[in-house]
Amino acid sequence: MLVNRKLILAHFWLAFAVFGIALTLGAWQMFIRSPIGTWLSNPELYYRSLTAHGTVMGYVFPTLVAMAFGYAISESALQQRLVGVRWAWAGFWLIVAGSVMAVIPIALGRASVLYTFYPPLIGNVFYYLGVVLVVVGSWIWVALMSVNLRVWRKANPGAPVPLAMFANVAGSYLWAWTAVGAALELLLQIIPVAAGLKATIDAGLARVFFSWTLHAIVYFWLMPTYIAYYTIVPRAIGGRVYSDSMARISFILFLVVAMPIGMHHTFGDPQVGAGFKFIHSAFTALVALPTLLTVFTICASVEIAARLRGGRGMFGWIGALPWDNPMMLALAFSFVMLGFGGAGGLINMSYQLDASIHNTQWITGHFHLIFGGAIVIMYFAIAYDLWPHLTGRELIDLRLMRTQLWLWFIGMIVTTFPWHWVGILGMPRRMAYFDFGDPAIAPQALSVTLSAIGGFILLASGIMFIVILARGMRAPQADAGPYRFALAVHQPTTVPVALNTHALWVALMIGLTLTNYGYPILNLALSSGTSVPAVYVGAQ
Amino acid sequence: MSAEETHHNSAEVAARVERRWATIAVIIIVMMALLAAFAGIHRATMPQPRVEITDPSRLHLSGEFVESNLGSVLEANGNVTVRAIGQQYSFTPACIVVPADTPITLRATSADVVHGILIQGTNVNTMLVPGYISEQLMRFAKTGDYLMPCQEFCSFGHEGMWGKVKVIDKTEFADRAKGGGRLSCVGQ
Repeated sequence: MLVNRKLILAHFWLAFAVFGIALTLGAWQMFIRSPIGTWLSNPELYYRSLTAHGTVMGYVFPTLVAMAFGYAISESALQQRLVGVRWAWAGFWLIVAGSVMAVIPIALGRASVLYTFYPPLIGNVFYYLGVVLVVVGSWIWVALMSVNLRVWRKANPGAPVPLAMFANVAGSYLWAWTAVGAALELLLQIIPVAAGLKATIDAGLARVFFSWTLHAIVYFWLMPTYIAYYTIVPRAIGGRVYSDSMARISFILFLVVAMPIGMHHTFGDPQVGAGFKFIHSAFTALVALPTLLTVFTICASVEIAARLRGGRGMFGWIGALPWDNPMMLALAFSFVMLGFGGAGGLINMSYQLDASIHNTQWITGHFHLIFGGAIVIMYFAIAYDLWPHLTGRELIDLRLMRTQLWLWFIGMIVTTFPWHWVGILGMPRRMAYFDFGDPAIAPQALSVTLSAIGGFILLASGIMFIVILARGMRAPQADAGPYRFALAVHQPTTVPVALNTHALWVALMIGLTLTNYGYPILNLALSSGTSVPAVYVGAQ
Repeated sequence: MSAEETHHNSAEVAARVERRWATIAVIIIVMMALLAAFAGIHRATMPQPRVEITDPSRLHLSGEFVESNLGSVLEANGNVTVRAIGQQYSFTPACIVVPADTPITLRATSADVVHGILIQGTNVNTMLVPGYISEQLMRFAKTGDYLMPCQEFCSFGHEGMWGKVKVIDKTEFADRAKGGGRLSCVGQ
């Protein structure tokens, strides 16, 4: 039961429109710093573009996708009209206003501080306020997800919360809490300086606050993808979810252990002691657990589909899968990229291995493979799957959809594999220009060129994606029927309270954050003599 | 066997397979954490043990990072200490000279914004955060020139912030150190 289709479509369209712009900027950046581009005489333009690319891809695009998908889940999984539609529109317009407010100073070159902010560099105050508005808009969504679940519980006391909604609400809580780190950094530290009320800032403390957000935000980006793995893919390929409880355990684990691990981003930082670095390293290893469980459950669910279709043998069933179905293709690509990206992530998680690739192009390659690859390709699949239900029109061109997914997969591999490689060679990040004439840098020229070509393949795929959706708006009308989620092999009739509610896990999430972040933050906040003068960008 | 029984059996098999996988996953994770701890202790690759602070606006006036104290110095025990600062958009010294096969302590900080030091071809890699002192132990097996880019965005000139490390023979370094003072590639 999808009633508020306009609301959901508005979120999706805004998401994909800004995605298209940021993708174009990304491809341009790949080109301009590669040997095939000519030297950009004003490097500041590169950092403007990079700030816009990061801000959109990190904050605006995935948040809007999660919101659109979340509203769709709430209405269709709970079979209940969305409560608080006006608030939802208010959230949407806050995000529009925030994005516009942030993008103007970026375009004027007044906020080229990158989406990771990097104080004591300070940009125009409206950039930060715009980001805050985007986050506040998304917090309305968090509240609405919680309210809608509560309304449903009242009407269905004791009934198992549908898996999709259970996971969706877990994702919203994760986002609400992880955004607090950057919010504290912005509100307590950066905005007072940007507004001219203060002139000094503790850069070390700011980095710790930001690490609070920076890692768990990745799991917020990941949530729609994992929800699609568990609740859409098995239905779309004619299978069943292998285990409903294992799915719930995975989402709960993400909620609890995604948070207290962010300091692995600060392994190279002098303001964090060795002890907390080790604790966060160990917790980072733990966050691989829900992914390992997911890989098992989804492979098993897919095998069920294959065997129902007549697949036989130890591996023979793989051939029986519906490979012409875009959802099947997207899942396979997503898993391959998740495998490589995850393996790279295990290297980043220890101080010892991180030292050889910390802040090199390896890291850029890593998160593009995980986020741009494994996660975003499932965003495409979610859109393809939902579109007929949202527009009331059929998406007919399956071949074009398959081509688009293939191109995205190939483009992402061609972009990120050489990127990892030059990272191992020690190529630093966020450089507008490389002197490929230097004999020590010249051997990296080929890899950087390959990455740039990959960037163009991605751009082509992104354009195809938008074209497919736009054409879907004008296709002949067809009733797609009610939107359904996958059923489990053993569809639960009762679920233990711990796997049906979030309170305990939210408490654990907050508790672990306090134990893993409380002391380092207090220690830095209370020590004096660590605030340094702000350095304003774009002031000249 | 009735259909119900088959179903019951397969459910048991499913639960067993699932448990087995979960156990393997947990073992993998525990192993990784243990390996990291072992590598850290056994190979002595640990982050700096303590947090030290310094005032970036007074670096040039007094203390450890005044200009005359930057560069490499041969300590009485034969080890070498290198002191350096990063600022928009260069390192001082821009070219660091060190001996091969010698334990070296790098102590560095930033005079303005966040920078980073990365020595290509090695795992020497640390952030420079203004207000804090970064310390890293290093040892070069081979002589030669290494590029040392700033690895963190430090505003518009970041792409031009490249330093160098010159690793020279141990005896040659000792000769040059006889004159006292702080060594860099300058005056070689």
